[in-house]
Amino acid sequence: MKTILGSIIFLMSFSVVFGGVTVEDVPNDDGSALYVIWNQTDNPDASGYMVYRKDSPETGFFILSRIGSVAETVYVDYDPRYPLEAGMDVSYKIVAMSQEEEELEVMGESSVFSSSASFFNKTKINTFIATVFAFILIVYFINSVKKGKTLFIRKIAGLDALDEAVGRATEMGRPVLYVSGLGYMEDIATVASINILGPVAKKVAEYETKIIVPNFDPIVYTVTSEVVKEAYLEAGKPDAFNPDQVFFISEHQFAYVAAVNGIMLREKPATNLFLGMFYAESLLLAETGNSTGAIQIAGTDAVTQLPFFITSCDYTLIGEELYAASAYLSKDPVLCATIKAQDIEKGLLMIFLVSLSILSILNVFVFKSDIIWRFISAFFRVE
Amino acid sequence: MHLSTSIWVWIAAFLTLTIYSFLYKDNPLYRFAEHVFVGASVGWSIAIVWHMTAIPYIGIPLRDAVIQRNWPGFIYVAIPTLLGSLYFFRFFPKQSWLARWPIAVMMGYYCGISISPSIEANIFAQVQGTILTGFNPTSLNSWWALLLLIGVVSTLFYFFFSLKHEGFVGKTSKLGIWFVMIAFGASFGYTVMARVSLLIGRIQFLLHDWLGILR
Repeated sequence: MKTILGSIIFLMSFSVVFGGVTVEDVPNDDGSALYVIWNQTDNPDASGYMVYRKDSPETGFFILSRIGSVAETVYVDYDPRYPLEAGMDVSYKIVAMSQEEEELEVMGESSVFSSSASFFNKTKINTFIATVFAFILIVYFINSVKKGKTLFIRKIAGLDALDEAVGRATEMGRPVLYVSGLGYMEDIATVASINILGPVAKKVAEYETKIIVPNFDPIVYTVTSEVVKEAYLEAGKPDAFNPDQVFFISEHQFAYVAAVNGIMLREKPATNLFLGMFYAESLLLAETGNSTGAIQIAGTDAVTQLPFFITSCDYTLIGEELYAASAYLSKDPVLCATIKAQDIEKGLLMIFLVSLSILSILNVFVFKSDIIWRFISAFFRVE
Repeated sequence: MHLSTSIWVWIAAFLTLTIYSFLYKDNPLYRFAEHVFVGASVGWSIAIVWHMTAIPYIGIPLRDAVIQRNWPGFIYVAIPTLLGSLYFFRFFPKQSWLARWPIAVMMGYYCGISISPSIEANIFAQVQGTILTGFNPTSLNSWWALLLLIGVVSTLFYFFFSLKHEGFVGKTSKLGIWFVMIAFGASFGYTVMARVSLLIGRIQFLLHDWLGILR
């Protein structure tokens, strides 16, 4: 808020006022917002203002907003109903209004103004620094792996059970059900799930067990189908791959659940793997799987669904364990490097959290100064 | 009691009951409802995609671009359309590799676009909410904030994958998982309440809209 007010005061000092209404560009944006500034009315009957905008000389003014306070003399034009674009020529008219919605006084009209998009959003410098830092770490660890360094990732309990679960399905002559959730390809959980699907499908192919992969999204289906096919190829059993093992069901959440539940009851998979993004269907799936007596391993970063998986599955990968699992199973150097980079970032965050909090406490009890706090708030934007 | 006279309410009530019959066991009625549900939802999705994506975002812009001879605008729509069309090569086994191109573009786009928001939301917003600010020993809020800090740090220890869970790290991560489980317990109760409200909605449909017992 202080920044916005500061900007307004700064801009006002350099602005040219046309008929009492000033228009200024909102800094650090994509050109979709403008400040409209005018002088307060001295009409005692006024109860607020009407803000009008004109998008082109041919169209005339239209009502943009009604402001209910006389003291409010700044309006930020950022309304999705009347979007602004960079380079659009607009002008504004402000009219003081009475309680009875009568126009009392025209406060002025602005000159034609066009908003501009900023090339760089200076308010996001901290994000830029953090992103560059993350990239440097990832590149460093990828290079280390390429040079032959082994990166340690601790054992994850649920994954040790994976071999056992696939082995059990083989012994029982029953299929493995792999549900990658309701996510789309842009969801990190779905990407992690597909990374796990590769090694699982390879193991299934080696054991010559059947894998069933029902899909919610057509694009995820395209990817999972390719991944399973490639896993069979890697296992040296391309002929054993049946394209019908991987299929698309529906993009409707509960239709998908109804079909997967039906599959669980009819095909009776010995192992159910629910790995990916899940919503309300998590308990419906896991409870049905539980009733069929299957070994169930679940993993998601959907915080609200994790409790359901924990209560109804044998093993659950909690949150980031899902991402680590994909690296742990695939042993892919790039994935391992990203996990390692994330760990370094987590370690630094822990140090920041603890040390800055200690500094804050010391600031209260010992230093009694704003200097330390200014440093903290500048980077993390803590108020 | 005022039984509904609408055929559609009767069909909906019948399908609701057949779906609920799954609670007893798998049966032909459930299978019927399941297949109707899946078929109808896929048909509906196709219609939605056609009318809400293909026509307004491809058909109309391409037609307008041709009418107005706006060739840059035409190319602007045609390139992503062609790229997206490569998905259909899934149906041709020999050329199915072409479907990997749109996947690669989409994954690259989403990965890139999500970096900045995820750093802001998952790192800066979390740090903002966790750092102790102006600790006051007489204020209960300050002690809650301290507890939150301990919870966050110990939970981060649990999700640290480069070290074995032994010694100090093991003990701290164990404390972290306690915090996680308490949070899950609260989330469980909250979500169950939401699920029960969904069940009430369905029962209300059966008793009010269908049977007319409830007013």
